[in-house]
Amino acid sequence: MPAAIRTTCPYCGVGCGVLASPDGAGGARIAGDPDHPANLGRLCSKGSALGDTLGLEGRLLAPRVDCRAARGASGGGSGGREASWDEALDLVAGRFSDAVAAHGPDSVAVYASGQLLTEDYYVANKLMKGFIGSANIDTNSRLCMASSVAAHRRAFGADIAPGVYEDLEAADLVVLVGSNLAWCHPVLHQRLMAAKAVRPGLRIVNIDPRGTATGETADLVLRLAPDSDAWLFAGLLAAIDEAGAVDAGYVGAHVSGCAEALARARAATPARVAAETGLAEAEIRAFWALWIGTGKVVTLWSQGANQSGAGTDKVNAIINCHLATGRIGRPGMGPLSVTGQPNAMGGREVGGLANMLAAHLDLEDPAHRDAVRAFWAAPRLAERPGLKAVDLFRAAADGRIRALWIISTNPAVSMPEADAVRAAIRACPFVVVSDVTTETDTAKLADVLLPAAAWGEKSGAVTNSERRISRQRPFLPPPGQARPDWRIICDVAARMGFAEAFAFDGPAAIFREHAALSAVAAGLGRGFDLSGLAAIDDAAYRAMAPVQWPVPASGPSGGRFFAEGGFFTPDRRARMVPVDPPARADGPPPDSGAAPARLRLNTGRVRDHWHTMTRTARSPRLSRHLAEPFLELHPEDAAIAGIGPADLVEAKSPLGAAILRALVTDRAPKGVAFAPMHWTGEWASRGRANVLVPARTDPVSGQPALKAGEISVARFAAGWHGYAVAAAELRPETAYWARARIEGGWQAELADRQPPEDWERFARALLGAPGAEAVTLFDPARGLARIALVAEGRLAGVLFAEAGPVALARSHVAAALALGAFGVEVLAGRPGNDRPDPGPIVCACFDIGLYTIRNAIAEQALATTDQIGAALRAGTNCGSCRPELSAILRGGDGELGRRRVA
Amino acid sequence: MPSRLVIVGAGMASGRALEDILARAPGAYDITLFGAEPRGAYSRVLLSQVLAGEKTGDQIVIHDAAWYAAHGVTCRFGEPVVAIDRVRKMVVTEKGETPYDRLLLATGSRPLEGPSGAGRLGGVTTFRDLDDVAAMVAAARPGARAAVIGGGPLGLEAAAGLRQRGMDVTVLHLAPRLMNRHVDDAAGALLGRALEARGIRIRCGARTREIFGDGAVKGVRLEDGAVVPADLVCIALGVRPEAALAGESGLPVGRGLRVDDDMRTADPSILGVGECVEHRGRCYGLVAPAYEMARAAAATLAGERAPFPGALPATRLKIAGLALFSAGDISPGPGREEIAFRDLGRGVYKRLVIEDGRLVGVVLFGDTADANWFYGLMRDGDDISQIRDTLTFGPAFAEPRRGVSLVRASTPADRAARPRPAPERAAPGPAA
Repeated sequence: MPAAIRTTCPYCGVGCGVLASPDGAGGARIAGDPDHPANLGRLCSKGSALGDTLGLEGRLLAPRVDCRAARGASGGGSGGREASWDEALDLVAGRFSDAVAAHGPDSVAVYASGQLLTEDYYVANKLMKGFIGSANIDTNSRLCMASSVAAHRRAFGADIAPGVYEDLEAADLVVLVGSNLAWCHPVLHQRLMAAKAVRPGLRIVNIDPRGTATGETADLVLRLAPDSDAWLFAGLLAAIDEAGAVDAGYVGAHVSGCAEALARARAATPARVAAETGLAEAEIRAFWALWIGTGKVVTLWSQGANQSGAGTDKVNAIINCHLATGRIGRPGMGPLSVTGQPNAMGGREVGGLANMLAAHLDLEDPAHRDAVRAFWAAPRLAERPGLKAVDLFRAAADGRIRALWIISTNPAVSMPEADAVRAAIRACPFVVVSDVTTETDTAKLADVLLPAAAWGEKSGAVTNSERRISRQRPFLPPPGQARPDWRIICDVAARMGFAEAFAFDGPAAIFREHAALSAVAAGLGRGFDLSGLAAIDDAAYRAMAPVQWPVPASGPSGGRFFAEGGFFTPDRRARMVPVDPPARADGPPPDSGAAPARLRLNTGRVRDHWHTMTRTARSPRLSRHLAEPFLELHPEDAAIAGIGPADLVEAKSPLGAAILRALVTDRAPKGVAFAPMHWTGEWASRGRANVLVPARTDPVSGQPALKAGEISVARFAAGWHGYAVAAAELRPETAYWARARIEGGWQAELADRQPPEDWERFARALLGAPGAEAVTLFDPARGLARIALVAEGRLAGVLFAEAGPVALARSHVAAALALGAFGVEVLAGRPGNDRPDPGPIVCACFDIGLYTIRNAIAEQALATTDQIGAALRAGTNCGSCRPELSAILRGGDGELGRRRVA
Repeated sequence: MPSRLVIVGAGMASGRALEDILARAPGAYDITLFGAEPRGAYSRVLLSQVLAGEKTGDQIVIHDAAWYAAHGVTCRFGEPVVAIDRVRKMVVTEKGETPYDRLLLATGSRPLEGPSGAGRLGGVTTFRDLDDVAAMVAAARPGARAAVIGGGPLGLEAAAGLRQRGMDVTVLHLAPRLMNRHVDDAAGALLGRALEARGIRIRCGARTREIFGDGAVKGVRLEDGAVVPADLVCIALGVRPEAALAGESGLPVGRGLRVDDDMRTADPSILGVGECVEHRGRCYGLVAPAYEMARAAAATLAGERAPFPGALPATRLKIAGLALFSAGDISPGPGREEIAFRDLGRGVYKRLVIEDGRLVGVVLFGDTADANWFYGLMRDGDDISQIRDTLTFGPAFAEPRRGVSLVRASTPADRAARPRPAPERAAPGPAA
């Protein structure tokens, strides 16, 4: 057995170290790296299941060209024909060069991704901004981080996250704002829980409109009105002042704008904050008193703050409080932004956003431009900011973008107004998509598909939310003709006539140039400094251990920023930004009474999927937790709209429509629905939540307000509902479907307006297995049809249909696929009386269900999650389900979000 | 001084009644048992197994001479009762009169006749008693041809038995499907296919014009002119209650001898049980209700009460390796709903008929393991709405579970869907 390869997880911004041990057959055993400082051996459910996602199914293995022509008007499929790399690269370079020649540099654009490695990102940014001469390179980090970037730059003069993860463990109070940390950054949440277990005095406050797994583990839960966070923190700033808690020494030495910010904040009286947030004044005062009275406080935020029409102000309102109290850059205190992607931070460092230059240098600053122009020997350096994501696709829609290159991301799903984005991509005359798969909604719109190396095959660096640079290392060979992104980009650059500037022989050479450029930036007074790595040789780069920046040429590296000031503004002082929180009327008012109900739409993530599911959906394990796009609805909202539990809901906005499963729960606030943003056209018929969301953006950051949709909801008038499993791939064509991988095959949820005329024929077409024998159960009065297809004594597939939502022991049915011999009892849809029903899967690692857990709690008198772990193993691998276990221990049914005050 | 109890008929109903009386009221009666057949009680149900050669006549005896002797029962076998003198309380046989204080009539049923004159030909038989079986066994040579007239349960059992003895068997059935009173088209078709697979020819819609022969039977001529050559013809057209004796004595008789729930006839001294009686307007040709009647009659004779409330008709085909069960009312109609299960690869078919949330009829083909459970649900009128989706799969899936719903977490649908059976709550999943 060869030694395990140390690499880094490709999912969220925690940046966990992973040990990958290739099995020699294209797969690998995955474990947490005990030596990586981000996770110290932990992995979440998604990271643990990385081994499930390495298969080559759906993999793009060779360049494809003429795809659009082959698809024709009807769309569908990647189409096209295989081409050599030479042909494909010549085509891409030629079309980009032609567009630049005919329409100018701003007629082309690159839309990249926080999943690119720093080296990929660096060359893409260099090509666009330095050689094509346009800043039209934006990335999906715009959807994720832009407001934090903007707020950091406003407050600190540079995009610097001042703190480190250890602050969470050193704090006495951790305030989580707009962050379902337990599901979205599970390893950080586990670190926090571990700290609290050792030091129960560590208090956790969760601020989120929605009841979440994270709130389940908090001491205080503040379920405020959506987008009212800035009021809460403006009020906190005023309360800090009122309490005499302003650190006059720090402010006097290192901060500007305190008086103005305070003056503005005084509008946020307790009464006004109560009115705006919907919280009780007593709760608000309790929270403020706790924050003011606790020196070691970390305020951590994520997309709930960023993805807002006033996201930058929200983040500045938070940072203001830390600046006013001087609680920044010291152990256990400070503002901490956690990012959603493995290398959003790396992208920011190379300048991979339309309003940045490179290495934390500013596009708008002529001295910075001169420095970069000289460093790159750039013939045509971009002089002004390019198009940010939303504007970039609008420009594509109206013909200003003649050639577009989308790299490693899926904007047809992830962008707001996703249907309009899809149309915009279609409208662009020449679209290149680099990806690992042909199966994304975006890849299906491309003219040229370029096969990229995937995680596990590519080599480079990523930076996590605490500025820690780690290596992603290859442990598998790239399949087919797949190539690393940096090489594809450099090859196109060379064919556009820039060979000399892109003559890199590998990621180490690019990294050296990147580090050398950071030295130039540091020379201009910037904080991002990797000059200590500018001479790293190939062997040292290969072996590079995780390192936190800054890494100056001499002196200590890493650590925190700003404890002693030293901001990156011209006067080296931080800025407190006066914030005018938006009045509540800015958000769509929930309409009471009229059906179909009008609701605000919040969007977000689920525990076991990530982004647009191109990787996680391959894993049966990760599909067990939530295998269907859904809409959380408050019971009163559901009742107004006549929507029952597990009904399907047609959610509509002027921009688009989706069909989602109703999850009626008071985890959703009244008037606010929630839908996961993961589902794509590949996994559900109408599951793309972002088609509903308007592309309203934060005026400072350009980040879309992805959590502020406005929808009407109505019960989808299904004539029947169904559930199917099959060994063969399911590709349903019903009005509603959502499919997922299961062990040994596929499953699908189904619904349509009219039942088929012949159920058996329908089942055969759906389930495949020609020539299989059918076993049928019909109860026409109930609209019930159950059909199993049996081939050679084994279950090939089974369909359950009935008039209403189908209640089944789905894990039991899905498991029948893997059984050796077929038994007709599978059509009973549940285990027999003599066999326990494990219930809904809670622990995906060990496949432990809710009923098993409940029974064990009752029978063995279990009182803690550790005891559950000892009895059943649940929660003992990745630990991502531990908040749910706590909830089950307390409430018995896992219902979340009821508690408010410790 | 014990009362005198006379029992007429020594079949299965009378045999069970005798046992029950002896158990409930030992020594209360001085019992005399008359039987037309020259033997005591045997299991008529198992005659088809005797015909098939799976059992001998001895093996199906219920009560032998030693048993009767041990229980002090006076047996008058082979001595048909020809009249009842209710005024003098006497039963009359060719050998004379026998007085009774209480009389129990268990005269059973007689087979329906075939075409007139057929009985005079050698090789023509019915399928009612051990003598009929003996006659058929005698005629059953491998390769010889047999025609069975009647595709009901009895006829099919005869056909299967004769086929098992190597005969070339044709079933002639008037209706368009076999067992048309008991099964639906689908089960009838499966049944026909299963019998044909055993080498039995099936002719449905076959109306017999005559059974012809010359001393010995030579065949059956059908109304459409077709001729089915046969060395043996078994007439199995069904049975009719044998209530002539009772009727001639002036007791009220409809299709059978009318009895109340305590098995009393209009004459308080006289009771009736078994296939000869009509209870609440219904006659039964089945052993299970006959046994229940025997219990009721014994209670009445013992001065107790165990009323017979009537029984659901149920039929179980007794052919080895061919499971078929039918019970209740399987005809479609307004307000009737049905659940149909088909596993044609394994030759299994089930149809459940439901009315007002209750099971009222069932046909099981190929798998009758749960027949008694279904029968119990029907008999007890249980509300099956809560277990409807899994009803087909029998009692192993019918237990509502405390605290356990059927839903699981893989989808929100799972989490929130209304579970069946009987959940304690609509399960939300684990934490969302």
